[in-house]
Amino acid sequence: MIFSIVVTGAPYSSQAADSALRYCKSLLKLEHQIHRIFFYADGVHNASELAVPPQDETNIPSEWAQLAEQHKLDMVVCIAAAVRRGVLDENEAGRYEKNSHNLTPPFVLSGLGQLVEAGIVSDRVVTFGA
Amino acid sequence: MTLHTINKTPTESSALNNCLASLSDGDALLLIENGVYAAMPGYAELFTRLPASVQCYLLGEDSSARGLNDLNPDFRSIDYDGFVELSCRYNKVVSWF
Repeated sequence: MIFSIVVTGAPYSSQAADSALRYCKSLLKLEHQIHRIFFYADGVHNASELAVPPQDETNIPSEWAQLAEQHKLDMVVCIAAAVRRGVLDENEAGRYEKNSHNLTPPFVLSGLGQLVEAGIVSDRVVTFGA
Repeated sequence: MTLHTINKTPTESSALNNCLASLSDGDALLLIENGVYAAMPGYAELFTRLPASVQCYLLGEDSSARGLNDLNPDFRSIDYDGFVELSCRYNKVVSWF
């Protein structure tokens, strides 16, 4: 079955990101297809390269990045939600004349249209809310 | 037929009440994260008027992480694989948070 996942919780603020990560691992183990993972609202903080959790805690942003690399997942961060919270890629940093950027690859910034498209293409859309 | 997930305790938000008010015959309820507290025996009264066709589940990892035992026997404990299976079995997944 084709799934898309929506995450609206920041890591370490609520359990949403952790639950979504575990759910995605289970989906992949059971050989379902993940069309897209969409990070919205405070969920954009999952994409920050600059998060440095203590070493004995799960590094949620890097877990997402590893999972995406391993399974070629499409991980989209809502651009409007991201830039207002200080999550920028190189392009947006240039546009807003900031001297640094922090979006972890393979996360990409894009618009809500990607969530709409995910809803059309997927058999199930599962939201993990904060 | 819809799978409803709830991730808040009955008192911290209206998520559970709103969900219970919109359940239909044949739907299922899955308590996750802090939502598992709703399966404590003291809250059993909330679920007595549910249609008999509504199945109730909770995520076992989340209840054991919170040290909860002797929970409402109407809730069947499942793991993440079970959560995925339920997501496939029901037509939609609606998340209350």
